[in-house]
Amino acid sequence: MAVSTTDNYILGLYDDEDVLMEAVRTVRKQGVMIEEVYSPFPIHGLDEALGYTRSRLPIAAFLFGILGTTLALTMQIYMMGVDWPMIIGGKDFVALPSFIPVTFELTVLLSALGMVATFLIVSNLKPYGRPRIYDLRSTDNLHVMAINLRSNRLNPAQIKDVLATTQAVEINEKSFDLV
Amino acid sequence: MEHPIHVEERYRFTAGLKKVLGILLVVGVVLLAVGLFFGISGSGAHHHAEDSLESPIEAAESPVDGAVGAQSGALETLPGQGGEDSAHPRASGNPTADAAHDDAPVWRKQLFSNIWINNVFFTGLAIIGLFFVAIQYAAQAGWSASIIRVPLAMASWLPIAGVLMLVTWLIASHDLFHWTHESLYDVNNPDTYDPIIDGKKGYLNPVFYLARMVIFFAIWILFFFLIRRTSMEEDLHGGTSYWYKLRKHSAIFLVLFAVSSSMAAWDWVMSIDPHWFSTLFGWYVFASWWVSGLAAITLIVIFLREAGYMKIVNSNHLHDLGKFIFAFSIFWTYLWFSQFLLIYYANIPEESIYYIERLTSDYYSPVFFINLILNFFFPFLVLMTRDAKRHTIFLKIVCAVVLFGHWLDFYLMVTPGVMKDFGGFGLIEVGLILIYASAFGFVVMTSLSKMGLIPKHHPMLQESIHHHI
Repeated sequence: MAVSTTDNYILGLYDDEDVLMEAVRTVRKQGVMIEEVYSPFPIHGLDEALGYTRSRLPIAAFLFGILGTTLALTMQIYMMGVDWPMIIGGKDFVALPSFIPVTFELTVLLSALGMVATFLIVSNLKPYGRPRIYDLRSTDNLHVMAINLRSNRLNPAQIKDVLATTQAVEINEKSFDLV
Repeated sequence: MEHPIHVEERYRFTAGLKKVLGILLVVGVVLLAVGLFFGISGSGAHHHAEDSLESPIEAAESPVDGAVGAQSGALETLPGQGGEDSAHPRASGNPTADAAHDDAPVWRKQLFSNIWINNVFFTGLAIIGLFFVAIQYAAQAGWSASIIRVPLAMASWLPIAGVLMLVTWLIASHDLFHWTHESLYDVNNPDTYDPIIDGKKGYLNPVFYLARMVIFFAIWILFFFLIRRTSMEEDLHGGTSYWYKLRKHSAIFLVLFAVSSSMAAWDWVMSIDPHWFSTLFGWYVFASWWVSGLAAITLIVIFLREAGYMKIVNSNHLHDLGKFIFAFSIFWTYLWFSQFLLIYYANIPEESIYYIERLTSDYYSPVFFINLILNFFFPFLVLMTRDAKRHTIFLKIVCAVVLFGHWLDFYLMVTPGVMKDFGGFGLIEVGLILIYASAFGFVVMTSLSKMGLIPKHHPMLQESIHHHI
């Protein structure tokens, strides 16, 4: 069988968040993997219902922060201690207390920028990335449950059967070209 | 809901806990007595011998490590113009004043400086209890409704704290506060006259000082009773009108607290070094109080939960308290560093003397860095992850460490100014901490057992029960 050049989805559309929550539980109980749910507004408890694992973004933030600290200290110690030592206020060339503000700022800056960059990349919002739009109405009045066929053992007809039991207002299919 | 929600909870102050606190109290008293016994029987000659051997001026001029070296250098190059006088209050050649100041035996100074440290520290815990309550109402916070009685109960230490503070000052103001000595203001006696302290007379005089102390405590206690009474009435009758009233009281209290806490910090702590000043000192003391108050609230909440109360308090509430401690530990460090960096950078003798006293002493300089480790690095690294803030074991360890750390912070603010180079940490310190902590615990738990543990008619109680982050 040839490698598929598209990502194929089955979409369940819901017009009520309580129905959606119930549907998420039912669908997962039937062994269907939900890739993502798109909703016009945040729904309390949806993350737990979807069984999401914790975001690893804080780890990225921490690592970028450490990078910032190291960079700042290296830069200042090299500049003030090695490359062009200057006497300022009678202090030592490498006077750590006066380096702290710059170190702090660079730590925060790299941590924040790194976190934003990481988020944009993993969310596929990077430049020239092609955001996938499953259904435009997910920005208006409908919740969209996206089920990726690639990660499911059940075939499309079976998944549709499961969705049909959950009061979905529409059940659609959608394909995206793999870049 | 799977389990019924008990909002009608009352805390029972068990005989077991009373016994534990009583034992701690007795142990504290015994340690204090033993410490005093050794202090009294051993000081005399020892004190004077050390006095002549190692005078403070030698300590200030001895070679020092790293950064501070430059500062003591600057001290020597800037004599005269009152600068030297202010930088070396203890060595300014006024024997009468110094004699009057140092006449008290070491043990007496150690006793009263420790009582003072604990007075300030535990007053801080109590007033932060009220401050926390006020913040929650003024900000219309919902999450904290279920734990709000714990900080409220902490504030019941305030009347006792006020009496202790007043009595200590009346007994020992000369031991603690250099500026209280009459001879400093005597223009006709050039040996003892101190123009700098005399210049601060308008603010730093015993009458105005005592008036401020009484007024601050009066305001705090008044608002504590107001807020507690309104909260109790809400328990009885329900309805939102009490909540609006509490909001109003809280808002007024916060304004008064902003001024009074700052001035209290100048009076009770900063005026121990009367030549020295720092413009952010009020904030610095507040930050220290605030972190330790939050740690105490968290510890009591965890204790109550483990004793089977407050089932509606879950890891989400603890997470919020943990975030508070984490964030304000950083805030404290920010102020600590802001104060240090400017003084270090400007290197003006009359300002840098404060850090020279603490960094050039063999005894205080380790404490100086331990203070920073306990209050910044430890909570910062341990409480950084989400899990640590949600699990009681991490919270308990960090809260205990931070509480001791901020006690040490006050120790470092008070002791060098009072004890000079004779500061120490021994039985007197441990004993007094135990006495104050157990008394504080006794008062708070008694107060807590007299009110409903959960404000059952708080309009935002449901929000707190379903708090989720």
